[in-house]
Amino acid sequence: MNDKAPRLLFEKSRPGRGTDVIPRSDVPDRPLDSLLPASELASNLVPLPELGELDVVRHYTRLSQLNMAIDSHFYPLGSCTMKYNPKRNERLASLPGLASVHPYQDESTLQGILELLYDLQGILGEIAGLDAVSLQPAAGAQGELAALLTAAAYFRDRGEKRTKVLIPDSAHGTNPASAHLAGFDAVTIKSDSRGLVDMADFMSKHDDQTAVFMITNPNTVGRFDPQVVEIARALHDRGSLLYLDGANMNAILGVVRPGDMGVDLMHYNPHKTFSGPHGGGGPGAGPIAVRASLAPYLPAPIVVKRSDGVFALDYDRPKSIGRTRSFFGNVGVLVRAYCYIRAQGPEGLRRIAEHAVLNANYLLALIKEEYPVPFGDRCMHEFVASARGLARDRGIRAFDIAKGLIDRGFHPPTVYFPLIVSEALMIEPTECESRETLEEFARALLEIAAEDPEKLHEAPVTTPVCRPDEVAAARSPILIHPEASRAGIER
Amino acid sequence: MAYILNTDDDVALMLRRIGAGSIDELFAAAPESVRLKRLLDVPPALGELELTSHVTAIAARNVGADSRVCFLGGGAYDHFIPAVVDQLAGRGEFYTAYTPYQPEASQGTLQAIFEYQTLVARLTGLDVSNASLYDGGSAVAEAALMARGVTGRSGRIVVAGSAHPESIQVLKTYLANLETEIVVVPQRDGAVEVSEVAGAIDSRTAAVIVQQPNFFGVIEDVSAIVAAARKAGAIAVVSFDPISLGLLRRPGDYGADVAVAEGQCLGNPLAYGGPYLGMMACRESYVRKMPGRIVGQTVDHHGKRCWVLTLQTREQHIRREKATSNICTNQGLLALRASIYLATLGPRGLARVAELSTRKAHYAAERLASVPGLSLAFDRPFFKEFVVRCSVDATSVLAEVGRRGFHGGVALKRFFPEMEDSILIAVTEKRTRDEIDALAVAYDESIRAVRS
Amino acid sequence: MKPTDLRFTRTHEWVYVDGDVATIGVSRFAVDQLTDLIVIDLPEVGRKLSEGKSFGEIESVKAVSDLYSPIDGEVIEVNRAVAADVQILAQDPYEKGWLIKAKIADPAQVEKMLDHDAYQKAIAEESH
Repeated sequence: MNDKAPRLLFEKSRPGRGTDVIPRSDVPDRPLDSLLPASELASNLVPLPELGELDVVRHYTRLSQLNMAIDSHFYPLGSCTMKYNPKRNERLASLPGLASVHPYQDESTLQGILELLYDLQGILGEIAGLDAVSLQPAAGAQGELAALLTAAAYFRDRGEKRTKVLIPDSAHGTNPASAHLAGFDAVTIKSDSRGLVDMADFMSKHDDQTAVFMITNPNTVGRFDPQVVEIARALHDRGSLLYLDGANMNAILGVVRPGDMGVDLMHYNPHKTFSGPHGGGGPGAGPIAVRASLAPYLPAPIVVKRSDGVFALDYDRPKSIGRTRSFFGNVGVLVRAYCYIRAQGPEGLRRIAEHAVLNANYLLALIKEEYPVPFGDRCMHEFVASARGLARDRGIRAFDIAKGLIDRGFHPPTVYFPLIVSEALMIEPTECESRETLEEFARALLEIAAEDPEKLHEAPVTTPVCRPDEVAAARSPILIHPEASRAGIER
Repeated sequence: MAYILNTDDDVALMLRRIGAGSIDELFAAAPESVRLKRLLDVPPALGELELTSHVTAIAARNVGADSRVCFLGGGAYDHFIPAVVDQLAGRGEFYTAYTPYQPEASQGTLQAIFEYQTLVARLTGLDVSNASLYDGGSAVAEAALMARGVTGRSGRIVVAGSAHPESIQVLKTYLANLETEIVVVPQRDGAVEVSEVAGAIDSRTAAVIVQQPNFFGVIEDVSAIVAAARKAGAIAVVSFDPISLGLLRRPGDYGADVAVAEGQCLGNPLAYGGPYLGMMACRESYVRKMPGRIVGQTVDHHGKRCWVLTLQTREQHIRREKATSNICTNQGLLALRASIYLATLGPRGLARVAELSTRKAHYAAERLASVPGLSLAFDRPFFKEFVVRCSVDATSVLAEVGRRGFHGGVALKRFFPEMEDSILIAVTEKRTRDEIDALAVAYDESIRAVRS
Repeated sequence: MKPTDLRFTRTHEWVYVDGDVATIGVSRFAVDQLTDLIVIDLPEVGRKLSEGKSFGEIESVKAVSDLYSPIDGEVIEVNRAVAADVQILAQDPYEKGWLIKAKIADPAQVEKMLDHDAYQKAIAEESH
């Protein structure tokens, strides 16, 4: 990374510059106002930047070089499962026979993709230990919403009006946000001193108004909560449902199936567990799996295989909650997930969980002396260390550690989440990293713990920018380039 | 067993350091009763070459826009994607990064989003944009939720029945349990009546939603609808086709408060419906109620201009159940592609795509209207998409047209049972005069074949 | 207003009583804990207040906190200056940075609140 900050597209624009990618017209030229109402025609061109193709190529190439990414750096961002994104999947998802399929084609022209999606529904059902799958939701959070709406429809159909969704205080923020959007009251359940669900608090808040308990297991502090069986039993005794936030499925693939621990419905994050590239923020996908009793309420359509072996879309689902998005789903992400799963097979899937857990425990063992892990010496696929002592004794906060790691060539872990650990460093190495990488990362962390705090407060020094002023950004928001021309360009 | 680097020696050494006898021991927290005692029942592993053959064979069983000439639209369009879009967005530094939580390690993504926000604001003629939403349908629903937050009204949402039927379905799903009435103003002959929309707006109405051009490709009297919404103190939401703004007035130009769109047409592949790009722009005063990530400009420790995620207190990871939306992961890579597309086309390129699509659509409409058995359904101005009525069974005709090498249109029966004779036909700049002429011949032959 | 003349809640709001009117604000301790205030959301005049229920929100860069009403009552005045510029609160939480004035419904509720010494003791415990 060199020091020169790239200018904005708008600052590189020069009047009259352009590219030549659009064909000439080969149909009769008529005045446009004879085709469209003059009152609706824009008088000017949209004020977009005017650039040559080389300008665009250099610009974005340069921007890409300002990022840390899995392809270039260890990226142990906890809760996000930043594993290697296989190149083969990128190539396969962009095959013309998959990438150029229009969503409204006749089903007879979709037999390949429908079969793939049908098989994926089955595979995700098997991994979940649940009966039915909808591939429609666009991301994990939309999967949560779709599943909670499915649960609401299920209760409504049974003539029950339940108002509460119970959510541990260690949960992802999407859980309460989705519960609220689905029309429920989000009720927080405390964590106990082990970082697990506080059973007394759960029992005191669980009643006949409980529709769903949303558990993340393993949870966000990286611990498997064995009380899940007891929680499921208590919920089911009162007709309530257990939901699994599948963000941490990487830890239990092929080892524990959510359905077997009493889960009734769940979402997957294929961009985490099944290696979909995170794309600088997305796309993801958020397939949901449910027990048979909830299947009638799933979003439509579902892919079915007819008795003649033809694959078809089943829209005839009168109890369905409807759609959570347009078109079938984030198929490009699902295709990558399918490719990933097919490359692994049953043994491979289990090995993912085993090595994700092994790597996390090894890293934990390497750093726990300097970075205490409040919730125990063992973890699943990730763990949450605390810089509380370093902050108190030496003025080195989690924030400073993150910046120091950047200077040492590592993307930082998730910091300040979950909220139940002060000065939290949430570290998820994934199964893909080598022992050497984990050791180098541990060395960097130990070096930082011994670093001169004053120096650390200046970090990072190797990047083009250092410690942007987030307060100024939020106080006086500048959300678009102020000098980009607002007025149109003359035709 | 690809993608795992630990050797047996590594495993032994690591377990020793951990103090565990086996990997299995690390799972001790999971009770025996819930452990899977067998392997998952999924197909056996495939190596790269086998996987490639397998998936290539699957792909070959689809007949996509690559092998039939595509006249399908309805929100997803076969526009041309310049090579630079694939090449640049295909850089691993972009697509294997995540949400730019650490600004120093993510200035590339942050600047690209800031530029995207600026491009979308300029495209729509509105003040601000977010960093993207899932797709056009959920963007409509998010706009309705935002309007409830901005106006403090939650009684009613009015939506034009000429909007994409799937957008309306998504809107209904999202708001199903929020006690907001959704009033769908019926379309009549391919458009809504302004007076009917105005009549549906009451003092509890948070938003009025209209699509321009509408689902049938028809140009609505959107200025009058926007004016009616604003007069009643409701938020005017316009769902637009980004390509159309190469020719048509921008939502901000005619007073829209919020503009949302399906951004697939901006350099994103059809990919059987996703991932696509939800776009949203609005007035600056709504920004604290906006859903999704937003990037802002600031200065660093040394006074240098740079970019960060900002206004994060709106979002679920901080505000939890009170967040403006539950969205977390968005469509960053698709937004990047849209930016590269717009930067590559520039103002003249975008105008050219819009103009060519319009001219070719009108040429196609003229040619098809002259085919015996076909007629234009609506006598209304349209952009790049139009509806024809077919005197014989539309589904059978489309199947015949398909056999002649065309995805000839979308049978509207799937959305509107009463429109069983209607076909929605979209024409982009990619279609040539020869292809359009051949489509007319194919329809002519197909109608004869079905009749006989 | 001298802090020693005020009553406090455990959620860091303060009240100054003048007849049946309560002036309500938040404590210096709370302001310092929140750091870097960005924006504050205050209620409209006429809004009914309930003891222990939220009457507004205060945001810093990465946190949102509810403002909890110490009393039952009704808002009769809102400090527009603070609503427009929350830095006034950061600089002067006990004078210029007051938030709302409210008509007191039940004076006994104020009596139950902490006095200055008790509040100091409470926050000393909280910081450990």
